[in-house]
Amino acid sequence: MRPAVLTGEHYINGDVACAEGAIAAGCRFFGAYPITPATEVAEHMAERLPDVGGAFIQMEDEIAAMASIIGAAWTGAKTMTSTSGPGFSLMMENLGLAVCTETPCVIINVQRTGPSTGLPTMTGQGDMMQARWGSHGDYELIALAPSSPQDCFYQTIRAFNLSEKYRVPVLVMADEIVGHMSEKVVIPEPETIHLIERPKPTGRRDRFKLYQPGPNGVAPMPSIGDGYNIHVTGLTHDERGYPAMTVEAQQEMMARLKGKIRNNLDDIIETESYRMEDAEIVIVSYGISVRTGLSAVDRAREMGYKAGLLRLITVWPFPETMIRSIASRVKGFITVEINLGQVHYEVERCAGGQAAAYLVGDAGGKIIHPDKVLARIEEKF
Amino acid sequence: MTTNPKKTAKKPEHPLDDLIRTDRIPHIWCSGCGIGTAFSSCLSAIKATGIAYNRFTMVSGIGCSARGAGYIKLDSFHTTHGRAIPFASGIKMANPDLKVIVFSGDGDLFAIGGNHFIHAARRNMDLTVICVNNLTYGMTGGQVAATTPSMAKSTTTPMGNPDAPFNLPLLAYASGATYVARWTILHTRDLTTAINEAIIRKGFSFIEVLSPCPVNYGRRNKEKPLETLRLYQERTIIKNGVNPAQADIDFDKGVVIGTFIDVDRSTCDDRYYATCHPCSDD
Repeated sequence: MRPAVLTGEHYINGDVACAEGAIAAGCRFFGAYPITPATEVAEHMAERLPDVGGAFIQMEDEIAAMASIIGAAWTGAKTMTSTSGPGFSLMMENLGLAVCTETPCVIINVQRTGPSTGLPTMTGQGDMMQARWGSHGDYELIALAPSSPQDCFYQTIRAFNLSEKYRVPVLVMADEIVGHMSEKVVIPEPETIHLIERPKPTGRRDRFKLYQPGPNGVAPMPSIGDGYNIHVTGLTHDERGYPAMTVEAQQEMMARLKGKIRNNLDDIIETESYRMEDAEIVIVSYGISVRTGLSAVDRAREMGYKAGLLRLITVWPFPETMIRSIASRVKGFITVEINLGQVHYEVERCAGGQAAAYLVGDAGGKIIHPDKVLARIEEKF
Repeated sequence: MTTNPKKTAKKPEHPLDDLIRTDRIPHIWCSGCGIGTAFSSCLSAIKATGIAYNRFTMVSGIGCSARGAGYIKLDSFHTTHGRAIPFASGIKMANPDLKVIVFSGDGDLFAIGGNHFIHAARRNMDLTVICVNNLTYGMTGGQVAATTPSMAKSTTTPMGNPDAPFNLPLLAYASGATYVARWTILHTRDLTTAINEAIIRKGFSFIEVLSPCPVNYGRRNKEKPLETLRLYQERTIIKNGVNPAQADIDFDKGVVIGTFIDVDRSTCDDRYYATCHPCSDD
């Protein structure tokens, strides 16, 4: 029996690092369906969960996988699933259920190239808008993008922390290269890993209201068996959790669902800057494309361009305020992503005409070469 | 001057009030609908087990029957259409001490949710699945279901259903369910006993409850509410242990009801925890 935190240096791929991050974060239930290139997450969870007293189940499809982790989360467990494009599509309806019922859970999407079956074994970043808007209706959630196996470990832990804190599903938007690439991953001492647990109710059971928000806009969450007799529904509901088929209840519920994210952006949004101090050209990227961006910045600097990199660790909610502020003092943005324009349009929107916004994209299947970014810099600046 | 006696504030109590969210009554079910009767049997069965209420949870999908989860005063979950069983499976595997009941309809469990049903039965997931079968989609207004008899009329088969319906007990048995029973809402004592047995035993238990939908099925098929109940009384035959292959629903020939299957087989959680946690204390 190995411990939850395998302190030490490891040579593992990003999928395995996500799984180790999950175990270290306290994930004790995992339900999934095999799919390339995310299967290794499931395989590693199947092997590791027995070490820590958790449960693994391979469900009959991704719809069931997503349903199982929402159900399991209400027993008090931290829960996760992993998938890729086609499975991500199947999870969308129940992702909305998790948002609506404010159920903490983590979904790892190791992106491949689509649409449809696409290139199952090759990388892509084409699910970024689906991550934001893929389930029906209006909502907020959190999506993070790891750019290395080491980052997979940390971002999965962070995903659990944010999920528990804000009672919202958190997506870890990895990609095939990050997922399948093996690198050194350092797992620290357990005492140094900061973990957040969901708020639990403490007051009188007869006065308890399932969705009465606490100080940060998030309601305490009881588990099945705690004696609160909770009712949880995907119908529009009031603070008691009871279905309420009124316009007023809808307004109130949406204000809560959106507010708990939008009022805590400073805590949720994380970015990283590289050579941004005097930058006039800002490369925006996330996930594996950060590596393209880093190389492009160094080479552009050698060529005399004042280039910098803004790495989006949190992609959703989008760092609008930061992009707007940067836009007021730079010449332009170049978004580097393995799709033909998704996050780029968000950057363009926030640049708002104050600065130019260009895309260096790719139809998918490979990492973008820095030459392509340099060519765009030379062409536009 | 005479005054009327003051009304007492205390409402009369119903024996199942401790299991009902009385603040959510009246319920949505139509006059003549059988879901309420099946629901009452379920509550009576829960109560009769004597097991602490906080060890129970009820999960439902979407539809008229699925609204039951909103009326029961237990930890209860009204999930997405067809997905009650995988949701319940997650609960069961994460906390095997819980008694997990799925209460939903035929459309939810056997059309959109059919895949989940067969796999949970195959695994012998320790769930009690109660399917209120009213032969139609009631909530959306009476469309054809996977259980609608051949040639029956529905809003989407106005000339008659060209397809054959599922034999639900046979499907459950073939998939691996270890307890399979069918009753009607006229057989409330037997139904209550069956649900009680299903809750107490371990394994995937399936109980089909035939239930009238006079508004959306009976009306289109020239079957008045009382006539449906008369069929339940006169055209059913109690045959415990009968081969589920003989459980097609054809009231002209007679419909078998009773406990068809009751066998022991290790459950999903037992096998998982025995295999993967062999050293754990519990």
